[in-house]
Amino acid sequence: MTASGFRSRLTGLPDAVYVFGLMAGLYVVFTGLTVLLNFELAGVVNTLRAITYFSAVYAMVVLALNLHWGYTGLFNLGVAGFMAVGVYTMAIVSGPTNPGPAEIPGLGMSLWVGVVAGVVVAGLVGVLASLPALRLEADYLAIVTLALSEIIRLVLNSTLIQEVSVFGVTFGTGGATGLTVQNNPQTPVTAFFQSWPGSAITDMAMAIGINRPTVVEGIGYAIVLGAVVGLLFVFVRRIATSPFGRVLKAIREDQVVAAALGKDTRWFKIIIFGVGCGLMGLAGILWYGSDGYINPLSFRPNITFYVFVALIIGGAGSNTGSIIGGSIFASVLFYLPQFLEQNSTPVLDGIQSVLGGSTATPQTVIDAGGALVGLDLTAFLAYCFANISSLRFIGVGLILIYLMQRRPDGLFGHRIETAASVPLTTGDTDE
Amino acid sequence: MGMNITHDTIAERVREQPTQLFVGLITTLFLADLLLKLQGTTVLLFDTHVLGGSIGLSELFTYILDGLIVGIAVGLAGIGLSMTYSILNFANFAHGEYLTSGAFVGWATAAVVAGGSGVADRLLLQSNPGLELLSTPIALTVGLCMAAISAVGLALLLDRLVYKPMREAEGISLLIASIGVALLVRYTIAFIWQTGRYGVTGSPTKVTILNLVTLTTHELTLLVLGGVSMVGVAIMLEFTKLGTAMRAMADNESLARVSGIPVEQVTRLTWIVGGGLTGIAGYLFVLESGTIAFNFGWINLLLIFSAVILGGIGSVYGAMVGGVLIGLVDKLAQVWIPSDLTRAAVFVVLIAVLLVRPTGLFGGVKTA
Repeated sequence: MTASGFRSRLTGLPDAVYVFGLMAGLYVVFTGLTVLLNFELAGVVNTLRAITYFSAVYAMVVLALNLHWGYTGLFNLGVAGFMAVGVYTMAIVSGPTNPGPAEIPGLGMSLWVGVVAGVVVAGLVGVLASLPALRLEADYLAIVTLALSEIIRLVLNSTLIQEVSVFGVTFGTGGATGLTVQNNPQTPVTAFFQSWPGSAITDMAMAIGINRPTVVEGIGYAIVLGAVVGLLFVFVRRIATSPFGRVLKAIREDQVVAAALGKDTRWFKIIIFGVGCGLMGLAGILWYGSDGYINPLSFRPNITFYVFVALIIGGAGSNTGSIIGGSIFASVLFYLPQFLEQNSTPVLDGIQSVLGGSTATPQTVIDAGGALVGLDLTAFLAYCFANISSLRFIGVGLILIYLMQRRPDGLFGHRIETAASVPLTTGDTDE
Repeated sequence: MGMNITHDTIAERVREQPTQLFVGLITTLFLADLLLKLQGTTVLLFDTHVLGGSIGLSELFTYILDGLIVGIAVGLAGIGLSMTYSILNFANFAHGEYLTSGAFVGWATAAVVAGGSGVADRLLLQSNPGLELLSTPIALTVGLCMAAISAVGLALLLDRLVYKPMREAEGISLLIASIGVALLVRYTIAFIWQTGRYGVTGSPTKVTILNLVTLTTHELTLLVLGGVSMVGVAIMLEFTKLGTAMRAMADNESLARVSGIPVEQVTRLTWIVGGGLTGIAGYLFVLESGTIAFNFGWINLLLIFSAVILGGIGSVYGAMVGGVLIGLVDKLAQVWIPSDLTRAAVFVVLIAVLLVRPTGLFGGVKTA
């Protein structure tokens, strides 16, 4: 069967099959890995939880970015900044007014108020950022949004608003030391599993060998995130298929034509920028907020590039592609290297038992090169494992270059939706 | 503004260019505040501190000098970016990595040439080789040449492998690919040299010029080489056949092609000149700061973009003037805001420039 024949047969399937098929495949691969590494059941389940969690958070941000880049053609390089605005706003608004010593107080509102505030403020900052988007070319917009994201990070990092008092209310960002998020999205999930009826589930899990309550709580949170991704998918799809969404696609195809047809493209851009950035804020809250601790270092531009790579892998313009790209990127490119690094000792021992050689990590690249020349592959791999975070970036860079050269459409980009409400060709019935 | 300007035309001007007026007002306000601060006067309005304060003249002078030095380095680094932006027509997000890689190869070479035990350790900059202009001039010169050569090599290699197959692609595709290149090169450097920050220079000799300014020999080198490079490139663009061809390509590539300009060859030469200058700039950046790290080019990339956009993309003088202005903003902002926020101030200026005058001070894609 030719590749295209295989592809056309695949494209006949409903989209949910791709997503669940991919996740099932990832689960099988990672279960295999963990079994090879002699993980106990809790460890296996926790690994599957981790890939679900990362897949879900990436899918959320990628869906939001797809509204900008995939549908409207707005090249937003400020993703990290908008996520930071969302999660910091949430942390400040719903932080307790009298936290422990050396902690910075918040405004003491409920978690849900904090989440809504985070989304709204991120959206408003997005609206503000869209004002330049109205007049700038794509590459200038990229630079402006990147600069804005860095401004946000630098301000959060600065001592300026580390702890401030306005009208007797004290709050702050914590500056470079970061901020503890006592009241975070994971909190209600944890609370659910600690009291009846949730505690019954925890007990059951303990009984079958998942002997860490945090793993059960984590699974619960990952399931919640999966549901949020589903809701977001429906929401984004609604936007995309509405008349509003058609104008967005028209702006992407040809802004002048869209304007000539009587659409005030400025408003459409402002609104979609705000909506997308609000969703990025939400993703920031659910992603970084759930760690219980936030720090400006998490919001460096690299994370934006990660999200872009995920979107391009999936194919800009396709929502299913966004979820698939997010999952593939999060599991294979983001989590797998981290997983291997955490388990480098058993993995290297395994390699040694096959290849021989030494597992002692060479101190420098020259020693590692020497080991490679001396055919001590194990020692060379030990150096690679020690530098796996650098190798991960190298891999991401290579993939980005490859995709831009050979497959700018990614996996699902060929399904990009046209601005027309009726099919323009009779042959293509994908969307 | 002359006395003969009537109210009518002022009103017209305000209506036509409200943003320019706004920027002018803000600038005036900052200058007035600075003058008041120098005088030590504080202006109060309803018991609130509005303007003024105090700042010493020598403090201000230090800020300005630091700003000039940083600015020259940024400007020099910006020339290459400006050339590729205007001639090849895309924003190269990997430009910072040409700086870093040139600097690493240059300084590793210099450390080896300076001699001593442990070539491997010296190549990897494991211990501070303590290079200094007056005591190890040969090592530093060899290093400078290697920085330029290696950056040219890298630029040509990347052009061949990455950008050449994408010649017909849009600027934005090239921009995304350049992000990939940036990650690839930056973390290859990290893979080789690790992620530490290494000291490479000894303490340079201080020289006082005309009893006025005290500079280190390294800062002086940066200023002199920066100036020479800028004038050299400007002359090349203005008076040589290659320069004319480059400007023609920047203006209209198709027209240049039908006029018989060998576009592919000019592209390669653009990478050679731009890459070489960038390698030198990276090397001098480190000469001035004394330390080197795998991400210094990336960290300074937005600063360099700011300089190039402020000056006007494609203009060599613009890159230089933009660099100096950006350097001054970066240092002088300390008068008003905490020093950890000066970078943010630079980025605010960048956004303001893009909004008010996207063609930059020296206007548009013209090249020189």
